[in-house]
Amino acid sequence: MHELSLAMSILDIAGEESDRRGGAEIKSIYLKLGPLSGVIKQALISAFDLAREMSPFSKVELVVEEVPLRVRCHVCDTERELPCFQDLCCPECGTPCGDVVCGRELEIVAMEIES
Amino acid sequence: MSLPTTTRMVEVRTQVLKANDNDARLLRQRFHNNGVFVVSLVSSPGTGKTLFLERTLTMLRERYRCAALVGDLATENDARRLERAGVPIRQIITGSVCHLEAKMVSDALVGWNLDELDFLFIENVGNLVCPATYDLGEEMRLVLFSVTEGEDKPRKYPTIFNTADVAIITKIELATVTEFDREAAYASVQAVRPGMRILELSAKTGLGMNQWLEFLELRSAERSERLVVV
Ligand SMILES: [Zn+2]
Repeated sequence: MHELSLAMSILDIAGEESDRRGGAEIKSIYLKLGPLSGVIKQALISAFDLAREMSPFSKVELVVEEVPLRVRCHVCDTERELPCFQDLCCPECGTPCGDVVCGRELEIVAMEIES
Repeated sequence: MSLPTTTRMVEVRTQVLKANDNDARLLRQRFHNNGVFVVSLVSSPGTGKTLFLERTLTMLRERYRCAALVGDLATENDARRLERAGVPIRQIITGSVCHLEAKMVSDALVGWNLDELDFLFIENVGNLVCPATYDLGEEMRLVLFSVTEGEDKPRKYPTIFNTADVAIITKIELATVTEFDREAAYASVQAVRPGMRILELSAKTGLGMNQWLEFLELRSAERSERLVVV
């Protein structure tokens, strides 16, 4: 699985942030995860628990926020939140919607640091 | 949670894959500058991806300069098989890693003069999960599935289908025997990637191979025009 390498990337980015702030301790990392990111939340958290043991941040916490899948329906001319990523069509008018507005996120949005 | 020291939240907007995204961006720029059209292939094991690529290279090399990179787990050797196509082939041994990353591609290209190529193919490791997350700088990503794998394959792996540009249904010579439901397969592709182009072919009998090559040449020509305009 690729989750372990992603967990290590997350810790690397935390390390960069800590260095930039004079070695500040990172308490938690907040991550946005979309259903089309190709990453399973639970697998990532398990991999992260393993990866942090081998890093200088053995106590850092990973907080994953799962964001919904949103597409733009060009017929309704509006954005729609989809309940399921295996059927990309407008829940109102049924038009297939390939225009993904959000749902691919695999992004660190914030960190809680000691000050 | 009570902490003895005070903490504060800082905004950090960073893509977890920023290193790969950056490598991929540089690769894509290089491919454009050298005028090489790069196609990557993803599929499950057993789709006939290597045979499809061998056949494609054999037919294409009559008119174009081609090469291929092949991602193999340590236990496989698709590269040796592909050498029969008579074009330069390089293997990328991924070991325990179940996907290719952009850095592996640029490392594997060291010493190759991309100016001398028209088409470069990158065969990813046989896996429909992990490769979805990694941009390789390719121009076109093909996702292959065979008629023997079932019509609902796209719905089972929506992310990889959603990140791919073209779906290729392989082993079409077995469609009748396996009672392949074409309509259901197309619906499954459209559900996860509306508007996606679908091609059907058999690398074994050659059925559909000419249409695939015509499609590829057309896309490559369109890309060249677009780059000239920009
Ligand atoms: Zn609609």
